Amino acid sequence: MFKIVKKKILNPQVKLMEISAPHIAKKAEPGQFIILRVDENGERIPLTIADFDRIKGTVTIIFQEVGKTTKILGSLEEGDELLDFVGPLGTASHFENIKKAAVIGGGLGTAIAYPQAKKLHSMGVEVDSIAGFRNKDLIILEDEMKAVSDRLFITTDDGSNGNKGFVSDVLKSLIEEGNKYDLVIAIGPLIMMKVVSNLTKSYGIKTIVSMNPVMIDGTGMCGGCRVTVGGETKFACVDGPDFDGHLVDFDEAMRRQAMYKKEETLATEKHNCRLGGKG
Amino acid sequence: MPNMSLKKVPMPEQEPNVRSKNFLEVALGYTEQMAMEEAQRCLDCKHKPCVSGCPVNVKIPEFIQLIAQGKFEEAYNKIKETNNLPAICGRVCPQETQCEQLCVRGKKGEPVAIGRLERFAADWHMKNSTSSNEKPEKNGKKVAVIGSGPASLTCASDLAKLGYEVTIFEAFHVPGGVLMYGIPEFRLPKKLVQEEIETIKQLGVDIRTNMVIGKVYSIDELKEEGYEAIFIGSGAGLPSFMKIPGENLNGVYSANEFLTRINLMKAYEFPNCDTPVKVGKSVAVVGGGNVAMDAARSAKRLGAENVYIVYRRSEAEMPARLEEIHHAKEEGILLKLLTNPTRILGTDDGWVKGIECVEMELGEPDVSGRRKPVTKEGSEHVIDVETVIIAIGQSPNPLITSTTPGLDTQKWGGIIADEETGATSIEGVYAGGDAVTGAATVILAMGAGKNAAKAIDEYLKNKK
Repeated sequence: MFKIVKKKILNPQVKLMEISAPHIAKKAEPGQFIILRVDENGERIPLTIADFDRIKGTVTIIFQEVGKTTKILGSLEEGDELLDFVGPLGTASHFENIKKAAVIGGGLGTAIAYPQAKKLHSMGVEVDSIAGFRNKDLIILEDEMKAVSDRLFITTDDGSNGNKGFVSDVLKSLIEEGNKYDLVIAIGPLIMMKVVSNLTKSYGIKTIVSMNPVMIDGTGMCGGCRVTVGGETKFACVDGPDFDGHLVDFDEAMRRQAMYKKEETLATEKHNCRLGGKG
Repeated sequence: MPNMSLKKVPMPEQEPNVRSKNFLEVALGYTEQMAMEEAQRCLDCKHKPCVSGCPVNVKIPEFIQLIAQGKFEEAYNKIKETNNLPAICGRVCPQETQCEQLCVRGKKGEPVAIGRLERFAADWHMKNSTSSNEKPEKNGKKVAVIGSGPASLTCASDLAKLGYEVTIFEAFHVPGGVLMYGIPEFRLPKKLVQEEIETIKQLGVDIRTNMVIGKVYSIDELKEEGYEAIFIGSGAGLPSFMKIPGENLNGVYSANEFLTRINLMKAYEFPNCDTPVKVGKSVAVVGGGNVAMDAARSAKRLGAENVYIVYRRSEAEMPARLEEIHHAKEEGILLKLLTNPTRILGTDDGWVKGIECVEMELGEPDVSGRRKPVTKEGSEHVIDVETVIIAIGQSPNPLITSTTPGLDTQKWGGIIADEETGATSIEGVYAGGDAVTGAATVILAMGAGKNAAKAIDEYLKNKK
């Protein structure tokens, strides 16, 4: 069993938890993920590692309550335990010869972009971070991102924080202003990663995206996480989750993401209904 | 006086039209009376040909004689002397090509039903016995076993019996490997697998789940943790795809994924269990092995009306056990033989709508000795299906080999290990089962686990 040692509500739908898992914390690197299962009949869900503390022996996860499993997870409190927690899975991000980078997080993706920005920053890379949210109430990790970035740009779809626009708009103007990026990291909804990748392709800037497809084991055994990259089938769980954004077939990934939409809705409705019954 | 009937005492089974709608076990097992009657068919031959056909050398005539005498617990104990997982072997071993193939009674009529009798003894014990394994005295030496499938469980329990402190590291949340995620409930009830594993825990074997070796610990780090020998039994977990167009459409599964969702995650109980699985009205399973049969029969149980096995050779070349093919046919699975998929067709929004195939003819034998299928010109046709399951094989998972410098592998990924001992290119590291051979049978993996345990014992005894 894996104890929740800290819980923090980042916005009404997004929660942060530090989980005690010393053997995973010891090995975790930015870009890797864990798989957890909350209870006995629960599904295995992958979550990218948002942070880790090798001394405290904790792994931080940040998640949005979108379906049954994440809702149950969100209802747990400090001191509660998760049944299963396995990792670190996937290939760690690899950075070399980078002087200046743009790190982009879309919504919850900011939580996954954060450890990447932190790592680059600690390597002495000049980091411009761009985080986008639907509105100002959904902004997360502002202080944390600021601490690991040379400049942080926060933008909202509705302009409620005073900066209206998409992350790709901000990136475009930064590039147009003459900022020379050796690397762009874009993490967030598939559509946002697609738009950013299309943009950077036209400027010829290397771009890494983080894929988070449906998977079961996370060790290459099921092949459910197939992603087409440069015309080849890759398994996101072992070959990724980081891939070259210019080579990923995002349209296929979006289609595959929706494979269990009906079932997800059914499970969530049933769960909500049970909660309603209790109240 | 032996029972000279030419036929085995028939095994009671669920009716095909009933069982094809549930996940309960198909074969129901012998009663005490049936078992004793069948046991009396054994001639108790002096030269015991059957034993040499068993990879773990079960003392077959001895245990069968005990059953004939009604000494069921003694029969069980006799089997357990060399086989740690009798309830499993009695169900999934291909006896027809092993012990039973060599049975003298098989020369005229059917061989003695050794598998069914083994299953009977194991089930009788589980139902009636309260005795548990005694914990052997520990010798203070630590051994790590990676994976918890049949090879690992066998190796771990043999070593534990010799006094070693054995820790099993399993990547999934439950131990059992392919016995849990691969073989369906209706052939091998999961409760029974866990009961068998429980008896291994009673020997003092520590099982640590959620541990992906190669990620959380490397082989070298396990040595640093004090494990003096390591057995790798990580199986053949990497699914092969056909590399034909359309394989990433929604509705295409590897057999591994399809079966894992159903067996390990209990998707057949969705939404009471949280993991879903999609099965269309018509399903094509590509492949001709036991895994293909398991996937097809599972799809049928999940409500598919038409389930096709698409196989490029003829029925005679199918690698699946005869019994599995027979059961599948009884349940209404349709065999599309000498048929090879060329692409999977999708709807505009990316869901499977059919599988395009060509017909094949058998040509000259290939390297495997089976006649090589050759495409018939102009034979393209489409089978309308909404789900495609690819069951054309698995290869060993590279997670361990890719993180263990000095561990030699075959080109296709199998770990190179000595056939007799399981010794690998690294001192103190042994391997066996599908991780070495590629996908094979439960009992061969168990045999490899057993040999490795013996070799590890010798290695550690001689090590200063």
